[in-house]
Amino acid sequence: MNAKARNLLVPSALAIVALFLIFAPLTFHRYGLYISSQWAVMTIAAIGLNLTLGYAGQVSLAQGAFVGIGAYSAAILTTHGWPLIAAIALALVLCFAIGWLLGYPALRVQHHYLAFVTLAFSTLAFLVFRNESWLTGGTEGIDSVPRPSLFGFSLAPHLRYYYFCLFVLALVTLATLGLVRSPWGRAFIALRENPIRAMSLGVDTRRYILMAFAIGSALGGLSGALYAPLVGLVEPPAFALTLSFDLLMMVIVGGAGYFIGPFVGAMIAVLLPDWLRFLDRYYLILYALLVMALLIYSPTGLVGVADRFFIRRRTKAASTARAALSASMESEGA
Amino acid sequence: MKTVLEVANLKKSFGGIAAVDGVSFDVREGEILGIIGPNGCGKSTLFNCILGQLAPSEGEVRLDGHVTTGMRPCDLNRLGVSRTFQLLQIFPKLSVRDNLILAAQEHQGTMLGRLFGRRDAGLAEAAKRMIAFFKLDHLADEIAGGLSYGQQKLLDAAMAFMSGPRLVLLDEPAGGVNLTMLANLKDRLKAFNEERGATFVVIEHNMDFVMSLCSRVLVLAEGKVLAEGLPTDVRANPAVIEAYLGH
Repeated sequence: MNAKARNLLVPSALAIVALFLIFAPLTFHRYGLYISSQWAVMTIAAIGLNLTLGYAGQVSLAQGAFVGIGAYSAAILTTHGWPLIAAIALALVLCFAIGWLLGYPALRVQHHYLAFVTLAFSTLAFLVFRNESWLTGGTEGIDSVPRPSLFGFSLAPHLRYYYFCLFVLALVTLATLGLVRSPWGRAFIALRENPIRAMSLGVDTRRYILMAFAIGSALGGLSGALYAPLVGLVEPPAFALTLSFDLLMMVIVGGAGYFIGPFVGAMIAVLLPDWLRFLDRYYLILYALLVMALLIYSPTGLVGVADRFFIRRRTKAASTARAALSASMESEGA
Repeated sequence: MKTVLEVANLKKSFGGIAAVDGVSFDVREGEILGIIGPNGCGKSTLFNCILGQLAPSEGEVRLDGHVTTGMRPCDLNRLGVSRTFQLLQIFPKLSVRDNLILAAQEHQGTMLGRLFGRRDAGLAEAAKRMIAFFKLDHLADEIAGGLSYGQQKLLDAAMAFMSGPRLVLLDEPAGGVNLTMLANLKDRLKAFNEERGATFVVIEHNMDFVMSLCSRVLVLAEGKVLAEGLPTDVRANPAVIEAYLGH
């Protein structure tokens, strides 16, 4: 493939995906639209976790809790007459601040110890959702969360709400792309690969760790704020630890540290169980086996498989070029 | 000549073991100081204490007369102090160019400014010059993890120089590097010292490398300074021969 074709490949593929995401749902029924919206919403949370875990290398089992905080913020505020945009803004700020604070333990502990700290936070958040009935409605949760209107335009119909979620996902995608392509993205990768060396090169690892947690958590909160009007009901079990594990799986299966990993991972996690429902009670077994087989074959996830393929091709091409250069130098010497 | 670095009575103990035991020395502007000594004599621990990677048990480190003891490595780096490590420390998944840009990007503007600024933080030209200086031109876009060990050593050293430091501490830069690469590395270090006036402190076991590069040598043994002086004097010192060089 020549350079011109290669340069066209990525934009063409992105254009096809964008067209599919815009036009395909026009043919979907109510359930298809619900699943598609759920994919968009969960992808936002997975993008946040991918920033924290995939790029910056900070293990977090708390992303589900941030989705919950965002969802409850939106549910509480919108049922009290606040506009959804204001609720989203508040959820973002709240989750950013809590995520920043949750980052402090990461300055002292790493890996599985950090996983346990974030797991404890997740459990704590669940207990607040379930027990603080005066605020969260307790085990009953909060129902009849309204879908918003934007500039007098109702987003209650499923198709319109799907487009709203897709629009927010597009904004998040562009913002995240800008972030990972900025010097911050390089600093996050340095943090993940070699924090000691990063620090010796002037990277303030403390600030970047806190920012990785805060931004990732804020995206979790944004996802939750979109989730509440989508489902119309927020209740504690939806934001239990299993959601954090699901989001972790989306990032790992898609490919942690790859930009498109969360998109692919969320698609697998949201759509595959649905596609396998014809297997009735065996679908979860097959689903688990497929995920296990994938991770054994490619620990870097689905995007990692493609990446390995392209790296192999590039290495082969570079080796051929070097061999040709050596041969020409030898012949010149002779 | 102005004193850049002063180390005064520095001590570092791990439990009952004194890895660095009252070391004092200073480094003058533009000089290349070599630190030699047998394995386990505290050379790398001394570096780590100077550079904030480890907190010293006692003593003081001064940079340009200001106390920097306990300062974080990233803050010291911003004051113009850079280092390499005994074991290779590059970012294997980034390209050679990105490794170099990363090595200096935190010196450009504010953290918020870097978020909204240019991807290369305005360092693409500087990275290109550094790549050419270390003769890595043909590898600029290669992933660093795919380079040979010697090339990675050169990249490691280049990263330490990327931010234009005044003082560079090099921990065994010649370790595991073949003779051709070693000559190239020495040549580059000398050029940096002469052309840009950078000051070096070099830990090294390769005596030929130390003798031909350094203007002064400090010998450590069991965490203490055993000898200090010109390379030829140190080489002829009976105590140094006994403790380290051998007959």
